[in-house]
Amino acid sequence: MTRTAFAAAACAALLIAGPALAQQKPSQATIEAYVKSTFGKASPEWQARITPDESLAVCNATRNNVSSAEAEAIIKRELPKVVYPADGKLLGDWKKGYRVANNGRGGQFSDPPGTVAGGNCFACHQLDPKEVSYGTLGPSLTAYGKDRKYDAEAIKDAYTKIYNSMAVVPCSNMPRFGTNKVLDEQQIKDVMAYLFDPESPVNK
Amino acid sequence: MKLPIIGAAVLAAAMTLAAGHLTAQAPPQDDSEKEIERYRQMLSDPFSNPGFLAVDRGEVLWAEPRGAKKASLEACDLGEGPGKVDGAFAKLPRYFADADRVMDTEQRLLWCMDKLQGVDIKEVVSRRFSGPGRASDLEDLTAFIANKSSGMKIQPQLSHPKEIEMAAVGEELFYRRGGVMDFSCATCHAEEGKRIRLQGLPNLSTPGAAAQATMASWPTYRVSQSALRTMQHRLWDCYRQQRWPVPEYGSDSLTALTVFLQKQAAGGEIAVPSIKR
Repeated sequence: MTRTAFAAAACAALLIAGPALAQQKPSQATIEAYVKSTFGKASPEWQARITPDESLAVCNATRNNVSSAEAEAIIKRELPKVVYPADGKLLGDWKKGYRVANNGRGGQFSDPPGTVAGGNCFACHQLDPKEVSYGTLGPSLTAYGKDRKYDAEAIKDAYTKIYNSMAVVPCSNMPRFGTNKVLDEQQIKDVMAYLFDPESPVNK
Repeated sequence: MKLPIIGAAVLAAAMTLAAGHLTAQAPPQDDSEKEIERYRQMLSDPFSNPGFLAVDRGEVLWAEPRGAKKASLEACDLGEGPGKVDGAFAKLPRYFADADRVMDTEQRLLWCMDKLQGVDIKEVVSRRFSGPGRASDLEDLTAFIANKSSGMKIQPQLSHPKEIEMAAVGEELFYRRGGVMDFSCATCHAEEGKRIRLQGLPNLSTPGAAAQATMASWPTYRVSQSALRTMQHRLWDCYRQQRWPVPEYGSDSLTALTVFLQKQAAGGEIAVPSIKR
């Protein structure tokens, strides 16, 4: 009884406070109506790209601050989406990997059809310590392989992370390059070599 | 006409200098940031800013009788009363009772062109972004209108329920991830002191100086594009880089984001057109 009365009082207080709040979270239907007004004319293929999947919907709802239960659920969902190379080889050609890391093209509505996408790694990460033009949204990856002693487990973890960042860090800001088909398997192997080949400038 | 040409030449020389410094050495992060700042300062000289040509063109367009009704835009109500341009931009976007919508400058211009002038809106929108040999009435008029609020402070309008909704939806859209890269506005603009390649990224997730400096400096003359650009173009380009679909020009999500950003930038002193990379 006391508890109900308390709850009722709390509700009443909320009701009173409600209109005084400067801003309330709009309904999902309202947000979707706005999205439709701006992006509704795009093709079904493009529409699909901005329809959040189950994991991204959680990231959006929480602004990437997921609870530990949500984080666990995301990893459980995303990890099976990682496809490891059938030949078991995770490292390709570091020179080709540099070109993938340095290429920011692909996926933009201004790109001509058939544009081969890059990973654009330098936009967010320092890689080759001699390269001046690098971003700081992600951590520095200089000496990435060397620092990890070219360890097989570290190599597999890095492949997983590039293929699907959310399989390792739920709601990571990093794209899910393999799962979202930004990069193909060979491109990811080449980027992996850029990180892990002892001859790569990253490890010099 | 002579001054802008000299200005452009000086600017080109300055840019070459700055670029030279950026590539000649491999300075550590702090030094490269100093170089970028020096480069920005060189770009901020108003006598070198071709953006003021757009302001002049816009002023002429504003007063020129056009369209089926052979009317000028001088009776257009930008929110402060018909024909009142001074200070109007500082309070845009805002709610307009006649349209029952929240509109930004460009949306309001299209409304006035349609209702007051009987101008073919489709044709005007087809020239929404200027290019070589293709002027944009919307860019020029927005430059003129915005310039009439230079020196004033950004005053976001958040009293009407639809304005409040716009700000709230804009905030949600700011954090909404999508596209093949899973990017949102917040991916690049929610932390202090970050860069993409060498480009500094303002943190727009919190109200304050970074948001003020950003919103108070648009419209701007983009040196890399040789064109004056407005927030409509900035958001179009952000969504392009986010790997989202082409956003519809003058549509509600863009206005909602602008209302949210103006809210973050409240009190920022407008200085436009500015000049940027």
